[in-house]
Amino acid sequence: MRAAAIRPEPLITISGLGKVYRTRKSEFEALRNINLTIGKNEFLTLIGPSGCGKSTLLRILAGLEEATEGTLLIDGEPIIGPGADRGMVFQNYTLFPWLTVRENIEYGLKLNGMPPPERRAISDHYLKLIRLEPFADSYPKELSGGMKQRVAIARALANKPKVLLMDEPFGALDAQTKLEMQQILLDVWEKEKTTVVFITHDIEEAVFLSQRLCVMGSKPGRIISEHIVELPAARTEETRLLPKFVSLRRELSALLKH
Amino acid sequence: MEMKMEAVNGGLLEVKAAPRKRPKLQIFKEIGPARFFGLAVGSFAFILIVWLLISQLELVNPVFLPKPQNVLAEMIHQLGTGEYWAHIGISVFRVTAGFLLACAVGIPLGIFAGAFRAGSAVIEPPMEFIRYMPAVAFIPLIMVWVGIGEAAKILLIFIGCFFQVVLMVADITRRVNPDLLHVSYTLGGNRRQVIKTVLLPAIMPELVSMMRLILGWAWTYLVVAELIAVNSGLGYAIMKAQRFLNTEQIFVGIIVIGLLGLISDRLFAFVHKRCFHWL
Repeated sequence: MRAAAIRPEPLITISGLGKVYRTRKSEFEALRNINLTIGKNEFLTLIGPSGCGKSTLLRILAGLEEATEGTLLIDGEPIIGPGADRGMVFQNYTLFPWLTVRENIEYGLKLNGMPPPERRAISDHYLKLIRLEPFADSYPKELSGGMKQRVAIARALANKPKVLLMDEPFGALDAQTKLEMQQILLDVWEKEKTTVVFITHDIEEAVFLSQRLCVMGSKPGRIISEHIVELPAARTEETRLLPKFVSLRRELSALLKH
Repeated sequence: MEMKMEAVNGGLLEVKAAPRKRPKLQIFKEIGPARFFGLAVGSFAFILIVWLLISQLELVNPVFLPKPQNVLAEMIHQLGTGEYWAHIGISVFRVTAGFLLACAVGIPLGIFAGAFRAGSAVIEPPMEFIRYMPAVAFIPLIMVWVGIGEAAKILLIFIGCFFQVVLMVADITRRVNPDLLHVSYTLGGNRRQVIKTVLLPAIMPELVSMMRLILGWAWTYLVVAELIAVNSGLGYAIMKAQRFLNTEQIFVGIIVIGLLGLISDRLFAFVHKRCFHWL
């Protein structure tokens, strides 16, 4: 495939992965034969209709669910359960409401027993990165939806994970905030040099953010096609008007129609 | 076309001419603190006036319904005696002991049942069963087991509260957003850390609300406990007054219990507001 040409050093290798939910009466095949390699510092998006298993795949990567088939390696090691090397940002707001913005960002560091001065230096850095310095001591209830997701991203990144898993993080935001958040995320990704696996059902968002994207189909959940996004690395609002952007969007939209 | 437009406009005008009336009582609509306070005071005043009217006009035999001013005088008299304060003291002690004991044992069990499916299986079915047994029905058994001393009263309050505490805490624990736990896991938390840094803080506000509710029940069971074989406490004072048909004193006992309940309730509300400002 085209994608093989520029693939960097692999970080995550998924091979022959499947997931079947079994109850006494029925069986539901959520994922079938997923094969995917995710490179270091890559921004990969999984896009598909609801029910295609994209969230399930992400949760398996996070270690929150177990695959029923296949292998899953990160840096050559099998994934067993959740761990600090895979940070996650959820669609619903999941900041700890009893902690301030700063305490939320420092949460993972504190769990690992990092002393306060070092923690503070790191949270300072991320507060600046997500442009929320004035809100360091605010509680989540005082923040807007977009701000909450920015803190959730900072909280995951502060832990220095090998990969950032994002499950439709901007799905609940209004259109304007969503665009703003996409720009901030790209900015952060560029500065932090991290690997991102992003899930969305928004085609425009997928094309704008990713270097590579996988289209998923449902019944059973599987990868239908893979696309390299051949757009300049620095993306702005003008990027959305480029012919390549428009044509890829159209192509994906046709793929996702049925 | 023009004709049609006119007709529509005409219709609009007609609607304007006869505006629909907004109902005074709108569901969930805020009414402002001053209005709320006024209505609440008015409600108290109404009860007092009805009481005053009925007793003043002697529509009911004064032995059954004393006059409010007499009750007030009796209350001032009673609260001036050390004996009554001793009753209050011992009652507060029994309620607090039974209630705290029920919480101390019930809350950890409830959390265990709420957090782990196995815990739920072991703990909840028997609790559900026992919960439907009226606590009062345990009185004869309690007397056989621990006699008629202080332990008996505390045990009755404990039985009345404990099973409810366990089931309510289990329910509160189950309602914690699982994504909050997942976040902690993906940030490197182990099971112990997730319980300590996510589960417990997350259930804390509802735990305090639950305790506030249960404390009200503890007061109810106190009165029941003090109806049997006692010679102290507010329940005893009420029973003694009944024997002498001293309705004023019965009223005083009930009102004092009400006031104590109100004070403890406000205390919990204050703690809730103070500790959970992040809500």
